[in-house]
Amino acid sequence: MDTDLSSQDRKDLDKFIKFFALKTVQVIVQARLGEKICTRSSSSPTGSDWFNLAIKDIPEVTHEAKKALAGQLPAVGRSMCVEISLKTSEGDSMELEIWCLEMNEKCDKEIKVSYTVYNRLSLLLKSLLAITRVTPAYRLSRKQGHEYVILYRIYFGEVQLSGLGEGFQTVRVGTVGTPVGTITLSCAYRINLAFMSTRQFERTPPIMGIIIDHFVDRPYPSSSPMHPCNYRAGEDNGAVYPSVEDSQEVCTTSFSTSPPSQLLGPGKEGGVPPVPSQPAHGTQADQERMCTPLDGVHYSAATPSSSEDTETVSNSSEGKSGSPHDLLETIFIRKVGAFVNKPINQVNPPDSPETESPLQGSLHSEGSSGSSTGNTHDDFVMIDFKPAFSKDDILPMDLGTFYREFQNPPQLSSLSIDIGAQSMAEDLDSLPEKLAVHEKNVKEFDAFVETLQ
Amino acid sequence: MNCRAEVLEVSVEGRQVEEAMLAVLHTVLLHRSTGKFHYKKEGTYSIGTVGTQDVDCDFIDFAYVRVSSEELDRALRKAVGEFKDALRSSGSDGMGQISLEFYQKKKSRWPFSDECIPWELWTIKVNVVNLANEQERQICREKVGEKLCEKIINIVEVMNRHEYLPKMPTQSEVDNVFDTSLKDVQPYLYKISYQITDSLGTSVTTTMRRLIKDTLAL
Repeated sequence: MDTDLSSQDRKDLDKFIKFFALKTVQVIVQARLGEKICTRSSSSPTGSDWFNLAIKDIPEVTHEAKKALAGQLPAVGRSMCVEISLKTSEGDSMELEIWCLEMNEKCDKEIKVSYTVYNRLSLLLKSLLAITRVTPAYRLSRKQGHEYVILYRIYFGEVQLSGLGEGFQTVRVGTVGTPVGTITLSCAYRINLAFMSTRQFERTPPIMGIIIDHFVDRPYPSSSPMHPCNYRAGEDNGAVYPSVEDSQEVCTTSFSTSPPSQLLGPGKEGGVPPVPSQPAHGTQADQERMCTPLDGVHYSAATPSSSEDTETVSNSSEGKSGSPHDLLETIFIRKVGAFVNKPINQVNPPDSPETESPLQGSLHSEGSSGSSTGNTHDDFVMIDFKPAFSKDDILPMDLGTFYREFQNPPQLSSLSIDIGAQSMAEDLDSLPEKLAVHEKNVKEFDAFVETLQ
Repeated sequence: MNCRAEVLEVSVEGRQVEEAMLAVLHTVLLHRSTGKFHYKKEGTYSIGTVGTQDVDCDFIDFAYVRVSSEELDRALRKAVGEFKDALRSSGSDGMGQISLEFYQKKKSRWPFSDECIPWELWTIKVNVVNLANEQERQICREKVGEKLCEKIINIVEVMNRHEYLPKMPTQSEVDNVFDTSLKDVQPYLYKISYQITDSLGTSVTTTMRRLIKDTLAL
């Protein structure tokens, strides 16, 4: 009966239950991320650490939880459930656990809301932290990756345990009595982990999953979408989820030692607790943002494009035969080809029409290995070796050719005997004419001689 | 008042003793630690934040959560280390128990010294087994991991009974209830003690050892 509970207490209790539900979801999902969680203790209280526990808030998870709750609180017959399931790379999926936050009618009128209930909720969260590590799904989630992923789904309403298979077990995390009912947190988990291959997989109702490498959100009207438990909190979010908008959502940090305890909350104007993983946006702006479906923006693990690039380069280099020079050159060429989009004629001389330009060759035959073995097969082109320090781009010269030419220079023409003999006769005949010319120029010669002295 | 007492029993291999004890003790202390109290005027106080971190065991297929406090971890490791050494040096039987007691101090008038009144006592009985080969060790890793999961569930169940807890103290009394010496968290006042069980009799010990070996052989 509400008459026994003051309105302030009622408001506080509702707030506690709401944030307890949100923190419960955070703890469960974070425990299934597949990585070790570590948060720091802080001796100075901050307004954002509900229940005096350092539990990070992954914005997407908070958003999903708020969406599922849709402004309601867990009540009798209306439980908040977090379903954890496993999905293999082949598409088979299996429910592993259902965590239920329930409320029953058993009320504890005597209990102090702002003090005892709060502290007991804090204790219950600690128990949840401990229990989430001991169910079988924890070990599975630590090993998730290429073969399977762990997904979560939050729903509000009736608990659905049918997907857990036969003989599932239940563990009770704890209970907290409040003046409006008793909060119970429990987990039902599958123990029969024998997988799909031994039984028929029934697709009713289909659970829409977001596979780690597809990130396609196909919202299905009757069931809420599942989400992978592999959020990396350090990454930038492409989609911004509304941060804590309600200005009243600063958690209580003050307690009184004297009963009945007056709740001395910190100032509530604009006191939005800073959440580290949030980008620095004001709450006003956030309220207007639509929550966008998950897309590949903020998951950078296993991006296909980068792996493709490495693959093609390694493929092209694998097909190489011959010297390491060829290998080096091919990779070099491919890289240039990737960035340069102009015709090849500028690079290779028009004088050597026999050799095709390597870039042309690789452009024509995509993905081909490209290096020559001398045959005229379409896939193989002759590639000139351009030495790195060869100055002359017009006449590319093989170092070996140059060396050979240097070693065997042609003979001087004047030294050849036949030519020498012919020129001697000619010289003798032309002598008188030359002498006559020189005599005319005697004066010039004399002047020249004088300048020398 | 009556002291609430809980007893847990584990059978572990020698190298698993430390991790198994730390797992249990840390889980209990996680529930029995709060943030640092900061007293303000008018009799109010605010509470700091307790961080947590996951710990993976090396010799057991098990992981647990502990409070993020290096000081607390060091204190527990020291106590468990001493217990482990005592177990090892006691002989090949390897039976003992380690106890974690939460108490309150009650100031007494002079000339009497302060009383320590326990309000919760956790006892972990340990039996160290020797295993013959690697296969048995592998089975032991898994079995002890499963056993520890059960123990954690037991601990959580006890914690959530919400039985007696000391009243929140005023500033002058806080050191009678809490250990305020740590800089980042504030556990209830606790002490750890241990005792090594001498072999009670050959027949008892051999029977126990045989029972455990048979269980592991399955």
